[in-house]
Amino acid sequence: MAPAISLRDVAKVYRPPRKRPYLAIEHVDLDIPAGRFVSVVGPSGCGKSTLLGLVSGLLPPTVGEVTLLGSRVTGVRTDVGFIFQRDALLPWRTVRENVELPLRFRGERDPARAKEWIVRVGLGPFIDNYPHELSGGMRKRAQLAQSLVRDPSVLLMDEPFSALDVQTRNLMENELLNLWGASGKTVLFITHDLEEAIALSDEIVVMTAGPGTIKARYPVALPRPRNVTEIRFAPEFVALYERAWADLRDEVARSYKRSLEAG
Amino acid sequence: MSTLDLTATTAVPLTRRTWFVRTIQLAVIAFFIGAWEVLGQAGILDKFYYSRPSLFVPRIGGWFAEGLGQGSIYRDIGITLLETILGFVIGTLLGVAIGYLFARNELLGKAFDPLLSMFNAIPRLVLAPVFILAFGIDLQSKVALGVTLVFFIVFFATFTAIRDVDQTLVDNVRVLGARRRDVTSQVLLPAAFSAIVASLRTSAGFAFAGAVVAEYIGSNAGLGRRIATAEAFFDSTGVFGGIVLIAALALLLDAGLQLAEGAFSRWKPRREH
Repeated sequence: MAPAISLRDVAKVYRPPRKRPYLAIEHVDLDIPAGRFVSVVGPSGCGKSTLLGLVSGLLPPTVGEVTLLGSRVTGVRTDVGFIFQRDALLPWRTVRENVELPLRFRGERDPARAKEWIVRVGLGPFIDNYPHELSGGMRKRAQLAQSLVRDPSVLLMDEPFSALDVQTRNLMENELLNLWGASGKTVLFITHDLEEAIALSDEIVVMTAGPGTIKARYPVALPRPRNVTEIRFAPEFVALYERAWADLRDEVARSYKRSLEAG
Repeated sequence: MSTLDLTATTAVPLTRRTWFVRTIQLAVIAFFIGAWEVLGQAGILDKFYYSRPSLFVPRIGGWFAEGLGQGSIYRDIGITLLETILGFVIGTLLGVAIGYLFARNELLGKAFDPLLSMFNAIPRLVLAPVFILAFGIDLQSKVALGVTLVFFIVFFATFTAIRDVDQTLVDNVRVLGARRRDVTSQVLLPAAFSAIVASLRTSAGFAFAGAVVAEYIGSNAGLGRRIATAEAFFDSTGVFGGIVLIAALALLLDAGLQLAEGAFSRWKPRREH
């Protein structure tokens, strides 16, 4: 079967105005089979978020080819769900209106479906609240409902829980696994947190310090369903963590050293 | 263990109670007006220049008692308000349209930037004579002045709001299936709208000031003209009557807009005391 997401020798150069252009990622080759939960970990500034920009079509690659669900990415793809790191809900719309938005863009009116998703992510009592009235975790839930309401088969997540406190974060990670469960959706999850990556994924991809390229890939053979809070104590988890950390550690050190030199 | 009674009011210090603050505010106003009256009665403030509350308050009452007809107070207020509303509406529409255009088209924005900055640097009120020469002493010249005042406030508010709109919001709706016009109607215009609402009270105040000043300089109707006429007859009581009336109208206008602003800002986080 063709992979759900495929990157072929992809590179991306950023050209910020009045600054020197820089290479964010290069020589990235990555195939993600349908239905898999894959996490990309790497030090800050390694271009891991760029990957999601390229797959969603929000950013064009400078070199190489990106394929999503069997067709080449040439513009913004609306057949994916994208959970951004920052708050992406429209602040002037209620939870209900925000979740109905993607349906309205497609000319559909399906208030029942929007409501069903809001209830499913646990925001039933807050359906008519504005985003500023919700906590950070609740806003992420609303974003999940907004992305999942159209039932995309691919979900792109850019450090979605990094701004949350540790308890809320574990709660959200478990909920994400529950929602994903038997859905058969492909997930590409970006994080700088190796523990989070292992706890959630079928496979982790370690990236080098910028310009980022793929350094190593590790399958995660832990049984599902998982509880992210408890799986961290499993011996297989610890063993994998140690191996992957050995790879990541050098890259984090390199990235840190470079940021000191640049600063 | 003692429980905290959140409904108890004894914990709030007197200086933070609303009724107390209101009483103090009223006392300050009463003191100011009383001092004016007393100093006027005592002859320390010359009646010829400074009038007195006991003179101009009955004068204002007299204006309203005169009833309708040519040159009545109702007509003056109506004309000044009409000029204010027209200046405000036209200035806002132009400001939004051009602010949006310039924020969306980088080259256009850059091309017109020096000209707009130059025009904005002119104290707008000196344009009043120009407009009166160009448009005559009727409504148009007053509206034109109001438009130039309102336009820049709304233009800059719209331009900044659209240029600085959170790119994450735009990216998110694009992935969710928004077309270009959806991005405009769902993200860009609402972002601009909230900036416009925030500038509403300032720009309406300017439209009102523009109308009154232009009437004062050259007109045949309106509150500004009423003051100019009184001044021509060395009638300080008439001048102060007009000023007090204008101040009262400005306060009413502002209070109304404050309500409107509140109604449009329900989605915004409120500051808690």
